[in-house]
Amino acid sequence: MTTHILDTRGQRCPLPIINLAKFMAGLPEGDSVVITSSDPAAEYDIPAWARMKGRQCSSPDVIRDDMAQFRFLVTFTVTNAPVV
Amino acid sequence: MSGETTPSHAPLGGTDRRHLNLDAGGNSRPTELGRTAYLQALEDGWADPRRIHHDGRRARALFDGAREAVAQVLGARTEEVWFAPSPTAAFHAVVPALLQGRKRAGNTVVTSKVERSALLNGLSFAGADTRHVAVDQQARIDSEQFAHEVALQGVAFAALQHANHEVATVQPLEAAREATRAAQVPLLVDATSSIGHLPAPRDLWDALVASPADWGGGQGVGVLALKARTRTRRTWPEDQDAWFPGGTSLPAVFAAAVTLQEAERERLQRATRAHALVERIRSAAALIPDVQVLGDPSARLPHMTTFSCLYVDSEALMSQFDRIGIAVGSGSACTSATLEPSHVLAAMGVLTHGNVRVALDWDVSKADVDRFLAALPQVIAEVRGSLGVDGL
Repeated sequence: MTTHILDTRGQRCPLPIINLAKFMAGLPEGDSVVITSSDPAAEYDIPAWARMKGRQCSSPDVIRDDMAQFRFLVTFTVTNAPVV
Repeated sequence: MSGETTPSHAPLGGTDRRHLNLDAGGNSRPTELGRTAYLQALEDGWADPRRIHHDGRRARALFDGAREAVAQVLGARTEEVWFAPSPTAAFHAVVPALLQGRKRAGNTVVTSKVERSALLNGLSFAGADTRHVAVDQQARIDSEQFAHEVALQGVAFAALQHANHEVATVQPLEAAREATRAAQVPLLVDATSSIGHLPAPRDLWDALVASPADWGGGQGVGVLALKARTRTRRTWPEDQDAWFPGGTSLPAVFAAAVTLQEAERERLQRATRAHALVERIRSAAALIPDVQVLGDPSARLPHMTTFSCLYVDSEALMSQFDRIGIAVGSGSACTSATLEPSHVLAAMGVLTHGNVRVALDWDVSKADVDRFLAALPQVIAEVRGSLGVDGL
């Protein structure tokens, strides 16, 4: 049960979700992905994707920082396992 | 896009390339009657209605007639109706005026997260203490929570839409009205998406905003109705025109009134036709893989619906449709000026990307919807294909 990192910062919607789906398609059951996105839509769409696909998704870790390279960052842990 | 090959079968959406407006929310084409009324008012009502000579009095007569016509539809008295330069301007004026007028009661405003930006922005700019009532996945407010909140101490007023402008869900307005009556709190109703489509919410408001551009009345004018007993205090200089000093374009006002009467005459027929056409669109969208059809399936505006398509870039989708002469709307981040997703979709907890919003215009035909539905699956497939998501 490995945890992978997926950095989608700089990608605009719907690319972060597409890349998450592609990445997870190749993973064994039980593996997790920690995905970070700078796209404001990702805060809603990553959990929405997980719901649509019946995968587990953590609560978001949100950073809004005007001083950083990206004004907004959100991180989720999505697990390739069905929601119990 | 260069290098793109067209399929060997019939052209996308057929050969009809005439412009089809399926983004009619607050964007409906002026009717023939509206156009005639506008030109007539331009001819006869060009003068300043406040001046007392012949030309001014003629303009005044047209203006008063427009006011009375709108008042009748809304269930208001003539003197309770005002015309703003736009619905947004109406919200931006009435919100601080209500807050100031109700200052002694408190600074809290009870509303929802799925209201129009103009209302929410008005509240935050005016420094209201905004309490958002929860919404379900169809964007319908929790009536019990609403009733509980408005009964608390310190509530200046409540604000609720009659129906949602993005997902078409109708709000429990009667229940909300009962609650605000019991709590003796004024209720501001956003009827910008409902007038002309649903029965006018007579007796269910203390303040109301409506949008002529939603019923074939054209841009450049908004309607504000305010029950006489509602306490407001202007946050602008005193003027002969109590609201929106300087007046609003008389041709726009007149066209708005004439087309409202027309919309009311035609409402049942238009709504019945639209309702069935939207039903077909919802069913067809639901058959496309990985598409989330949104909003209440039955308690909805007759002419509007929205759905979010997984792995679809809305901007690409809208421009594909535009190429074949069809205008659709979207609540996705990539199609918004702010690059933020629709706050309505976000509040509902649904997919925000790949969002398509369809609002049928007053003259929509079955053939129009056939044309849209013929193109829809292919457009989605092409946009998904170009992002390499086949097989996901």
